[in-house]
Amino acid sequence: MNETTKPRLVLVGNGMAGVRTLEELLKVAPDRYAITVIGAEPYGNYNRILLSPVLAAEKTVDDIILNAPAWYAERGITLRTGVEVTAIDRVKRRVVAADGEAFPYDRLLLATGSSPVMIPIPGNELPGVVTFRDIHDVERMLAAARAHRHAVVIGGGLLGLEAANGLLKQGMDVTVVHLLDSLMEKQLDAAAAGLLRRSLEERGLKFLMGHQTAVILGEDRARAVRFTNGTEIPADLVVMAVGIRPSTQLAKAAGLYCERGVVVSDTMQTYDPRIYAVGECVQHRGQSYGLVAPLWEQARVCANHLAERGTSRYQGSVTSTKLKVTGIDLFSAGDFLGGPDTEEMVFQDAGRGIYKKLVIRENRIRGAVLYGDTLDGSWYFQLMRDETPIADIRENLLFGQAHVGDSGHGDEAARVMAMPDSAEICGCNGVCKGDIVRAITEKKLFTLDDVRAHTKASSSCGSCTGLVETILASTVGEGYDASPKKKPLCGCTDRTHDEVRRAIVEGGLKSIPEVMHALEWQRADGCQKCRPALNYYLLCAWPGEYEDDGRSRYINERVHANIQKDGSYSVVPRIFGGETSPAQLRAIAEVAEKYAVPTVKVTGGQRIDLLGVKKEQLPLIWGDLSQAGFVSGHAYGKAVRTVKTCVGSEWCRFGTQDSTTMGIRMEELTWGSWMPHKFKMAVSGCPRNCAEATIKDLGVVAVDSGWELHVGGNGGIKVRVTDFLCKVETMEQVLEYTAAFCQLYREEARYLERTAPWIERVGVSYVRERVVDDPESRAALAARFTDSQRLAQQDPWKARAEGADAHEFIPLTAGEPAQETHA
Amino acid sequence: MSAIATTGGWIEVGALDEIPRMGSRVVKTSRGDVAVFRTALDEVFALDDRCPHRGGPLSQGILFDRRVACPLHDWVIDLETGKATGPDDGCTGRHAVRVEHGVVFLGLAADPA
Repeated sequence: MNETTKPRLVLVGNGMAGVRTLEELLKVAPDRYAITVIGAEPYGNYNRILLSPVLAAEKTVDDIILNAPAWYAERGITLRTGVEVTAIDRVKRRVVAADGEAFPYDRLLLATGSSPVMIPIPGNELPGVVTFRDIHDVERMLAAARAHRHAVVIGGGLLGLEAANGLLKQGMDVTVVHLLDSLMEKQLDAAAAGLLRRSLEERGLKFLMGHQTAVILGEDRARAVRFTNGTEIPADLVVMAVGIRPSTQLAKAAGLYCERGVVVSDTMQTYDPRIYAVGECVQHRGQSYGLVAPLWEQARVCANHLAERGTSRYQGSVTSTKLKVTGIDLFSAGDFLGGPDTEEMVFQDAGRGIYKKLVIRENRIRGAVLYGDTLDGSWYFQLMRDETPIADIRENLLFGQAHVGDSGHGDEAARVMAMPDSAEICGCNGVCKGDIVRAITEKKLFTLDDVRAHTKASSSCGSCTGLVETILASTVGEGYDASPKKKPLCGCTDRTHDEVRRAIVEGGLKSIPEVMHALEWQRADGCQKCRPALNYYLLCAWPGEYEDDGRSRYINERVHANIQKDGSYSVVPRIFGGETSPAQLRAIAEVAEKYAVPTVKVTGGQRIDLLGVKKEQLPLIWGDLSQAGFVSGHAYGKAVRTVKTCVGSEWCRFGTQDSTTMGIRMEELTWGSWMPHKFKMAVSGCPRNCAEATIKDLGVVAVDSGWELHVGGNGGIKVRVTDFLCKVETMEQVLEYTAAFCQLYREEARYLERTAPWIERVGVSYVRERVVDDPESRAALAARFTDSQRLAQQDPWKARAEGADAHEFIPLTAGEPAQETHA
Repeated sequence: MSAIATTGGWIEVGALDEIPRMGSRVVKTSRGDVAVFRTALDEVFALDDRCPHRGGPLSQGILFDRRVACPLHDWVIDLETGKATGPDDGCTGRHAVRVEHGVVFLGLAADPA
């Protein structure tokens, strides 16, 4: 399509929500529209949320520009700044500017934002009375700060306090006037508000609580403020920060249905389907939002529909708030007040100035207020949005994530902002804090994915994700786009792992193309992220029926060996339970010599690793190993890896049970099973636990009276000790519980989710319910596992030694250069 | 996409059917390993079998659209241009390929770039 035939998209409002929608649109449909952007302010798009730091002289205007004019030019977008749109002509489909210029549209996007509320009192038109909304307001406040002394901020909410703090930093004498007795009543309970007020007072702010402004006094500019109780205070500058009102005049005048805001549907369309609206001007399901995260969720949905993909819906947002006053940590989300049907958990440490409150209903977090220590704000928020049951972590919940199972990175996160720029954050890719901060500021990054793409931090093992998120959140402030409640499986779809999986099972979808078609995949081939996930989900849902798609498997699983940094492979034969024999060792030694294997190494899982094997040699080596009775060790796959054992009662003077036999039997039961991620087991013969069973996905510890089963451990990136599942008496029971647990994990964990995060997500109580408390559920799970194992236990090495997938292992041979005989 | 200056004429490397769809094969040449890719739509591309990042064998990666994800660190390389996509920066050498009557011919680049 050329420029003249493309449909025209006009955006009214050059702010964060509108431009973000364009960015999202260009990502999925770069050439669909001829786009015109009309903005009333004379700037490119800037980050309005960071006006407070500009006022506080912590940032400059240039720092907060998100899209400079060049950004529009590079994308062929027509940008008109300083132009005020005064009418929408829906019949002729054009918008008209104040000077009469008309802009025709095929689709119209309204992002007119909101305007600050001006209290209707005498004197509010005097010079020196301002609101706090745009760069112009900030400039007027800065000018006042240079020439005058007394500032009065009317409104003790988020915006008012940020304005007051900024003016204080500019050297003014600032009084905050608030109608109610408690600051930020929409975000804080009385206790937190009291702490906040005290620390702001310590900084020099003055407060007049329970005061209502009656009149602003002055002749040629503001001089004083008088209250309804008759008292008066001097005021050279009066900042009105009592709230915002969605800007609906334009929409209303055009006959679009408006209530408090422009009313939109779940597809972000107004009552005129050609006209979309996003941002602070809209009202969706009765709600208007003034925070950035909801605007971005709206932008994503709106872009999806503008691109005519029609697959996503906006279903409202759960929001959280942080106050951007340097040195004051405050976080609030959800229903922080609670009611008769809720319970509260409160932590208070007056000495350190810390207050935390969680509001709980039906075993889930419904709201949170944190003051003084907000490190865990995003974690509580995540638990709240995911509606994670908290019974299992309740006793340590208030102490934070660092104290809950995952011996994670809470303490590191606390230190992270104080770290020097040279501190290495991502150990896998060698990315320092300074690199991340620089990329975020220079490239204007907002999301974790952006930071991953640009810096590689947190893109490998993911263990530094929390740190990177902390850096991101504190670098961009409120503009931080916390991962949406619903995280899509990958960029090819809006659907989550769980939704895709449900569709496969319930819709009877049996191949990757079928899934992609039914779920409207946005890329015909999918990508390297979704195809392996889909392949696994199909394999798990339809054992025996679904034909494994090698092209959708990562190389290691496609060729059944582990790729090394030089492109060679490693081969690990299965040694059940780690118990071997002279004959086995001899066979491995012979193979190693025959093929001149450069390195032979004993692994952490009690196996022998042959490293540095050339790809062409693999089928030959496998043939020899197969002859000697070995099968694949699956050391390369998202699969059952190893069962590590100690010698147990057969030899050990402390052993209580035959742990080696137990381990061998568990491995015989489970080998060959594909899993959402790698899966390791261990069996220890006594509580001394020499096989380190309590950091495995499934660990068995023998005691005198039977076997203890432990689940969800991890000895990798984040060490996590297992949760105790239950105790059983016989080997047969261990096997049945093992099969049931494996199958529950296979069926319900998301692809690439280890058992540790899975169990933290669903709770060990849930696992206990399905595997321990309900014998029928356990038997059904175990039966499905055994059924899928019938086909999984065909050795892939033997098949390839006999010629399967030969093309994977043999290069093409180049012929002689041909003469130009082909016309 | 710019034309590739080739050297030494066209080398026959085999039938198109020997390369799996959405897959690739390696061809050992005088200039080192070359990965020959076949997309879902039967387009054929040839690149040096070395990722510009750490030299990973691109022939072993997962193919989608006209792109391949390197198996070592997941850089995504554009098959047409040989360039890393997204914010990554780097380029791998391209070679000319053509398919006639189901037979694939490789034209090694004079100066892979």
